[in-house]
Amino acid sequence: MNHKLEIRDVTKTFETEEGELMALDRFNVGVKPSEFLCIIGPSGCGKSTLLRLIAGLDEPSSGTIILDGKELKGPSPDRGMVFQEYSLFPWRTVLKNVTFGLELRKMGKQERYRIAKECIELVGLKGFENMYPYELSGGMKQRVAIARAIAPEPSILLMDEPFGSVDAQTRNALQEELLEIWQRTKKTILFVTHSVDEAVYLADRVAVMTARPGNLIKCAGIDIPRPRKRTSVEANEFREKLLMWLSLERSKVQD
Amino acid sequence: MLKNRVLQFLNRRGVIEVISLCVAILIWEMVAVFVIKDKGILPSPHAVFLAYFELFDLIPLDICTSLLHFAIGLGAGAVVGITLGMLMGWFRTANRALDAIIEVLRPIPPLAWIPFAIIWIGLTHSAAGFIVFIGAVFPILINTYTGFREVDKTYIDAAKVLGCEKESKLIRLVAIPFSLPYIATGIRVGMGVGWMCLVAAEYFGVSRYGLGYRLLCIFFPLQMMDRVVAYMILLGLIALVLDRVFRYFVDERLLKWKKGMVTQ
Ligand SMILES: Nc1ncnc2c1ncn2[C@@H]1O[C@H](COP(=O)(O)OP(=O)(O)O)[C@@H](O)[C@H]1O
Ligand SMILES: [Mg+2]
Repeated sequence: MNHKLEIRDVTKTFETEEGELMALDRFNVGVKPSEFLCIIGPSGCGKSTLLRLIAGLDEPSSGTIILDGKELKGPSPDRGMVFQEYSLFPWRTVLKNVTFGLELRKMGKQERYRIAKECIELVGLKGFENMYPYELSGGMKQRVAIARAIAPEPSILLMDEPFGSVDAQTRNALQEELLEIWQRTKKTILFVTHSVDEAVYLADRVAVMTARPGNLIKCAGIDIPRPRKRTSVEANEFREKLLMWLSLERSKVQD
Repeated sequence: MLKNRVLQFLNRRGVIEVISLCVAILIWEMVAVFVIKDKGILPSPHAVFLAYFELFDLIPLDICTSLLHFAIGLGAGAVVGITLGMLMGWFRTANRALDAIIEVLRPIPPLAWIPFAIIWIGLTHSAAGFIVFIGAVFPILINTYTGFREVDKTYIDAAKVLGCEKESKLIRLVAIPFSLPYIATGIRVGMGVGWMCLVAAEYFGVSRYGLGYRLLCIFFPLQMMDRVVAYMILLGLIALVLDRVFRYFVDERLLKWKKGMVTQ
């Protein structure tokens, strides 16, 4: 029982106009404390659904999600989330976006600003505190989103394809920064991606999902020592393996 | 050489605008003095200009009275429109309960309410305010409603994950700031409609002062057409100023974060 987060037999069905749609089918996975777990799978396989369940934004149709030994009920600031879409509040400045979660905790203004500024510095945006989101590039927006998510000090960070819509170079930089933040803060991170490269560069362990209804086909540790090189032989070998698992899955769907 | 200079001059900001205005006034003057020759049908610009001096004492009081009527109506319209719009946008049941009633009331022209305004409220400032209210409330309500309906689900989710769970807080911290541009547009449109209703509302002698009252109940029956035109222009100018002031305040202060995307 040394799991930080445990997902047990979680099923999620949506009621749609064409009847029931099963997004997750008796999904099981465990995440260890301070682990960086990547979840990879074809689009539409239920990755976002899984994160939303863990964040408490939706409830599982059946099964349980256990965080720190307690069953989850609703959202709470002990889980931070970075969304796939840009989710910064456009009417708030960078600083005020980051203080949002702190304001809800009735924290004093000085304290709030101090913590927010630390987080903004951590994601490398010192000096941008008073800008509005429309003045920021895509990569900067996601940096602010990360700062906003970690400001209330969640013990687990849920990230839903956070770098999916930024260009390749920025993405590489963001990945490195994220690793730095992770190593510094020792947070547990659950990172959803559909990029094999991203998973191999970031993860301690990678979970491969099947197409809908989502389930795990494989869960494998990546023991390439850090700091990793994107083009090392081991990385390539692992990438090969991942691609094979994913393509196996794809051919199964086509049958 | 000279041609270039002239072109350069014309290209400066405001030059063409001012010239075209002057030409229009000149043509108006010519037509009034040399063609129509009857100031009961078309008063000339210089007669209108002189009328302002003759009316020097009256104008401030009339403006203040009309602004009072306008403020009563717009204030009430904003309070009721924003409140109902928020309720209907946020709560599905409120929408279902109120939508039918509003759809029935909305198409009734505001001026058709004048009899009831007088019967219910009497010949008071508030009766004129009531007509302005009827004109202003629906645009404000509909726009507020639209703003609330369009609140991006992602913002709601983001707020929830950050610990904002109570509905009242979601409304205050997410839905209202998100909807501000919509509400601002609603108020702007409501101001326009309300101002139009104002003139007619004052026709019924709710007070001894007011731009609409003076224009319709005094100058027109006495055939003082130069003064009628003077007040018409005044009505237009005040509406323009109100709109500009509102826009300046809202765009520059409240909606800095949207910059140039709101209410052109
Ligand atoms: N609220 C919802 N209502 C109905 N169907 C949904 C809802 N959310 C997601 N789905 C469906 O569930 C499936 C999984 O979606 P999602 O978790 O977003 O996939 P992924 O993030 O892996 O691309 C998709 O087929 C999607 O259409
Ligand atoms: Mg997704």
